[in-house]
Amino acid sequence: MTDRDIAMRHRSEVAVSVELETPGMTLNIGPQHPSTHGVLRLIANVDGERIISVQPVIGYMHRGYEKLSEVRTYVQITTLVNRIDWVAGFASEVPYIVAVERLMGVEPPERAQWIRLILSELARIASHLVFMSSYPLELGAITPLFHALRDRERVLELIEGVTGGRFHPNFNRVGGVKPAAGAGKQQRGVSQDIPAGWFAQTQSTMERIFGMCDDLDTLVVGNELFKARTVGVGIIPADRAIEYGLSGPNLRASGVPYDLRKVEPHLPYPEVEFNVISAESGDCHDRYVVRLNEIREAAKIVLQAVDKIPSGPLVAKVPRLIKVPKGQTYVRGENPKGEFGYYIISEGGQKPYRMKIRSTSFSNLSILPWILEGQLIPDLVAVMGSLDFVLGDVDR
Amino acid sequence: MDGFWLAALKVLIAFALLFNIVLVLVWVERRLVARMQNRIGPNRAGPAGMLQTLADGLKLMFKESIDPRRAQLGIYLAAPVLALIPALLIFLIIPIGAPITIGDTTYDLQVTDLNIAVLYFLAMSSIAVYAIVLAGWSSGSKYPLLGSVRAAAQMISYEAALGLALVPVILYNRTTSLAEIVAAQGGTFFGIFPAWNIVLIPSFIVFLIAGFAETNRAPFDLVEAEQELVGGYHTEYSGFRFALFFLAEYINLFNISALTVVFFLGGWHGPVFGPTFLQYLLPIFWFLLKTAAVIFVFIWARASLPRMRYDQLMEFGWKRLIPLSLVWIMVVMVAVGLRRFGLPWS
Repeated sequence: MTDRDIAMRHRSEVAVSVELETPGMTLNIGPQHPSTHGVLRLIANVDGERIISVQPVIGYMHRGYEKLSEVRTYVQITTLVNRIDWVAGFASEVPYIVAVERLMGVEPPERAQWIRLILSELARIASHLVFMSSYPLELGAITPLFHALRDRERVLELIEGVTGGRFHPNFNRVGGVKPAAGAGKQQRGVSQDIPAGWFAQTQSTMERIFGMCDDLDTLVVGNELFKARTVGVGIIPADRAIEYGLSGPNLRASGVPYDLRKVEPHLPYPEVEFNVISAESGDCHDRYVVRLNEIREAAKIVLQAVDKIPSGPLVAKVPRLIKVPKGQTYVRGENPKGEFGYYIISEGGQKPYRMKIRSTSFSNLSILPWILEGQLIPDLVAVMGSLDFVLGDVDR
Repeated sequence: MDGFWLAALKVLIAFALLFNIVLVLVWVERRLVARMQNRIGPNRAGPAGMLQTLADGLKLMFKESIDPRRAQLGIYLAAPVLALIPALLIFLIIPIGAPITIGDTTYDLQVTDLNIAVLYFLAMSSIAVYAIVLAGWSSGSKYPLLGSVRAAAQMISYEAALGLALVPVILYNRTTSLAEIVAAQGGTFFGIFPAWNIVLIPSFIVFLIAGFAETNRAPFDLVEAEQELVGGYHTEYSGFRFALFFLAEYINLFNISALTVVFFLGGWHGPVFGPTFLQYLLPIFWFLLKTAAVIFVFIWARASLPRMRYDQLMEFGWKRLIPLSLVWIMVVMVAVGLRRFGLPWS
């Protein structure tokens, strides 16, 4: 055989082994798309409806809260932090204020802590009810949206009754919670924080929430089509979930019963009874069911807390001008969506030197490229929705 | 009256009726879904909001129709018309009431009584899919393209089931004319139960499910799945062109419901009594009532079910509905054969 023959042979072998490839289509999903929960953009490389790869593009909602915090006083920052994850505004306030209190060495009064606990759990119910309603909508079922949001409004009314704000309570103060309006020095000793009849209203609303959960059980969870769309779709194994830093219901649905309310509580969670809900398989259906049961648990916690709440002052004795001594701390709490933390470095003075926000949705979103590989476009919507992120929380 | 003018008059009446039905239908759906969802629904324009659809339609007429730069303009413009025409044509064969006798002549309450009406219906509904496929393809945009691919997949899965569901009806009634199919359902079983074709229950169910797919309504509204494909095949359509698609969709909904009534629920049959004019009006009333009931099922399903995935839809069509229909056809064939010819050994 001559060299040329050998070369020809090689070439023919090469030619045979090359498979014909059809170039994929680049589908630009978002930033304006009905199911990206705001301004998330996904650059998807698709083959028909099969996704080859996905690249999330974030930052369209970047508001620079970490940088803004450096030029705001500690008191002013509370207004910013409850706008990070706006569907659970109160829950993202608490870790921040606890961090500041730790740096200052202030212990908030008992009653203030219980109020924080109740409002955190109400925020959890409100946040989960948004998911309960929007997720079926993403799968094409329109009715659960209206029913769940109707009852969510009752919960927001409760939050509004105490704090004056439905979405952005801005209710935490360093050393406790906001005392009643116009109270001044006198009010620190008296509890006029909760409006009259609020506890009774809370109890009846929680009953309503239990009823809503039962409705969702039959309307959504038991629906055959819903099962067909979610069971076995978007499975996240436990080890993957931990690798990508998932937390909250997304992690618990994968079979890791990890809940910061049990692990490192900074509110009186040890004094109430509740179960950490977890599931086995980590598919979209489990993520839905875990959140649904968490609503029930949260409602139970609220009912217990309403019975146990002690009377007493609302704010600890703190200086009028909040100055934080030099130091640094990291405080994390169980936000409805998962681990939410603040790393604050103080150089002394009224403003933090640097504040890092560990936002839940950012980490939860990071698994998207891995989990969406090889899925269909309808499943993209199902999987993305099941992670329950808020774009404000992703971009901060 | 002369045959041509009579037909022209009927066509005119039929279209006037159809467009009014659609106006009411859209309003009814919006109000009903709103009730199911704890909302009020449109209630401003006209009595109880009944003119809302008209207002929306007028608004769409005055909107600018956008031509996407990358669209294949000829096909892009033809597609909405292509969607509307088969929908209108199907309506022509539906008998909406008992024949009326005035003097010596008998007038059928349908534009034309085709002797191959069943085949005509299947042919027209197949053409309607082209409108969606072509609309998606010619828009020169990616989401509509995916929508049209889905439409094609959905069509080959469900058109077959739709046709197979009608075979037992043809076998049972031994005709393909809609007027005769309705007439064949006139009697009673045991003197009590109306002898409707609903006794062919598997066919009825398959036809209804395929009807959902045929009208592209939830849970089979994949071709326009808003949460996935933004608007599906009509993402790029605006103004009156979009209105044509919208109109076609609701006419199709009425057609499929009316045909369900014709094929399985006894058409215009129902208790008829009273003076002559009532005897002509009551069948129309019964027909519309039954159709409304079927339409209610469609709306109800839309309010309560999530959307299927399109591979599940195809699997359901090919692996469930078509085998079921085939087996059922054989059962009906044997039963009809036995009734006609008796046992083979006797």
